[in-house]
Amino acid sequence: MKLTVEETEQVYEEPVTTEAPVQLNGADVFIETLKQHQVEVIFGYPGGAVLPIYDALYKNPIKHILARHEQGAIHAAEGYARVSGKVGVVIATSGPGATNLVTGIADAMMDSIPLVVFTGQVATTVIGTDAFQEADIIGITQPITKHNYQVKDVADFPRIINEAFHIASTGRPGPVVVDIPKNMATGMFVTPKEETQQVNLPGYQPTTTPNFLQIQKAAKAISTAKQPLILAGAGVLFAKASEELVAFATKYQIPVTNTLLGLGGIEGNHPLFLGMAGMHGTYTANMAIQTCDLLINVGARFDDRLTGNLNYFAPNAKVVHIDIDPAEIGKNVPTEIPIVADAKEALEALLAHGAPNGNTAAWLESLNISKEQYPFHYQASEERGLLPQQVLELVHEYTNGEAVVTTDVGQHQMWTAQYYKFNKPHNWVTSGGLGTMGFGFPAAIGAQLAKPDAKVVSIVGDAGFQMTLQELSLLQELRIPVKVIILNNQALGMVRQWQEAFHGERFSQSLIPVQPDFVKLAAAYDIKGYKIETFEDAKVQLKEALESDEPVLIDCRVVQKECVYPMVVPGTALHEMIGVKPE
Amino acid sequence: MKRIITVTVINQSGVLNRVTGLLMKRQFNIESITVGHTENPEISKMTFVVNVADEQKLEQLLKQLQKQVDVLKVNDITEKQIVVRELALVKVVSPPAVRAEVNSIIEPFRASIIDTGKNVVTFQVTGSPEKIDAFIDLLKPYGIKELTRTGVTAFVRETQKVNAPQLSILK
Repeated sequence: MKLTVEETEQVYEEPVTTEAPVQLNGADVFIETLKQHQVEVIFGYPGGAVLPIYDALYKNPIKHILARHEQGAIHAAEGYARVSGKVGVVIATSGPGATNLVTGIADAMMDSIPLVVFTGQVATTVIGTDAFQEADIIGITQPITKHNYQVKDVADFPRIINEAFHIASTGRPGPVVVDIPKNMATGMFVTPKEETQQVNLPGYQPTTTPNFLQIQKAAKAISTAKQPLILAGAGVLFAKASEELVAFATKYQIPVTNTLLGLGGIEGNHPLFLGMAGMHGTYTANMAIQTCDLLINVGARFDDRLTGNLNYFAPNAKVVHIDIDPAEIGKNVPTEIPIVADAKEALEALLAHGAPNGNTAAWLESLNISKEQYPFHYQASEERGLLPQQVLELVHEYTNGEAVVTTDVGQHQMWTAQYYKFNKPHNWVTSGGLGTMGFGFPAAIGAQLAKPDAKVVSIVGDAGFQMTLQELSLLQELRIPVKVIILNNQALGMVRQWQEAFHGERFSQSLIPVQPDFVKLAAAYDIKGYKIETFEDAKVQLKEALESDEPVLIDCRVVQKECVYPMVVPGTALHEMIGVKPE
Repeated sequence: MKRIITVTVINQSGVLNRVTGLLMKRQFNIESITVGHTENPEISKMTFVVNVADEQKLEQLLKQLQKQVDVLKVNDITEKQIVVRELALVKVVSPPAVRAEVNSIIEPFRASIIDTGKNVVTFQVTGSPEKIDAFIDLLKPYGIKELTRTGVTAFVRETQKVNAPQLSILK
């Protein structure tokens, strides 16, 4: 039936009342709420189920980085979050968009990175019918998120977003997934009452202030210890407590070792710093753990790569464990003095306590001798060719230890941890717990966006880089000056190393002699490429590349057979480390 | 060791999945589980019976449960003064020839007959799991056709022995 003009006008005028609320749909509210949270950049990829969200974003823009694969988007968000200290925000569509995020979500969960991940979902009316691009992302991500939500009523949308940001960024940080059915984004939203926006989480009250009695106990233990040691983890960095850590160590003259993720919490050249501990840590740090009489763990989780064989870990030590997550205390290592607190507040309390110093002079003296006797070592010669350690020493020298450095997982990661001495905190971005190949390069893009003026260097292996190299498009598009340094040994280096050591040199599927020409590949993305094959070339070209204001890719052809040493062989104790001295 | 753990949670969809998923991920075996809402319809209570290897594992279990955003309270009530109840339905072969005998056996258990057929009778019995075990053992010789148990639900008693042992982390 065709409407007459009068009828049309009637229909049009009817809903207009004097107190008509602003007509926003769920997607508009979504963008508004993100703005309230001062989200400055979103990493994402559009698709069918999130079309309304992207439409709202078009009308009311927030900077959006269009990665070329959802995995690239989420690793970039992780890099951004780690360097900026803010929450990384990711959007992907339902089904495959959401499942492509899974590796990044698991990575963020393992390394406690604050992310809020928004996934599209099919409309609530068809959830459970195997609709097009439907995946049960709530079920899939339940064990790898700090918490997750599915929006089931548009009115809950602002509250859920507020809670997601709150949960992701407080206590022990972590990823939170918010699943948005399409009809929640298109559904009309009536201007909310105050209470619908309030965070209401009676079951989530992280403890940040340490118990005074526990602090007293710890202070007493410190005063009487002869051989105390601080093990500082990423918790120090999340709490922004580097200054307090150094002040605490200096005041009580206690040496410090780091976990892999804790690097940067104390200056790499600090006289009290023993280097990283663990599987490929320094001999001095590992021996300090094995011989200390008091081990003060600040924000580390006693991961198996750090502890070696738990039965022989720190056999003489009384353990103090400061952690904001009570479930980490006593999980792997029995703890005499547990302190549930934010690392900064706990260190401040210990500093303020004013307990007398123990006498640690002899202990420090012996550790200094050990540091001199057991430095990291490698054997360079012109015949052997370019060594990865040489490249990293040059990178450190040319950037004064001040660059933001990102890596994947494997040999190149361990060498970077060993040879790059961080002068400042929050410059180290690596995939620790999950050990994700393909993490480092997109993470560098996120890091560069967080710190546009910083020198950002992505150290990657040739294999890991090929897992997410499509994000070169982002360098081409954004012209951000990320430096990609490929330590190219034409192999899965760490797999190769373990096959050499533990599998009779049967290099099963770990050698990759057929490779793209990385310089040409860079050229295809309009990025300057370098190929470096000798130490002499490295000295000149690496300097030039690192000084450039443009994105560059540097293909360093390094010796394939070089292995990471020293090493704690799996199943053995820290003091049984091998390869501590040159052969 | 067998522990009875109560978990008070916010009553919303997905909570049960989250809690049982957590136990699975951390390699805990649930022997039984009961869930229902409390006097406040927005809050549910779960009662688990879980087998754990040692105190360290138990402590992990309690802490991991407590860490969940929807979990309000976790309690290991095994060693407290508690009331524990379970309900079982048992279908037993009971032809007229032995029916009187069967009925006399179940009498001390205060079980009730809730369904009767020509040759089978269904009993309902409530009580502690041990009582139900005993009840089932007594009826076994007659032939149990079907059996279902609800799993335990439990309350802490009003009056506690003064020196009731407690795990250090719960103090």
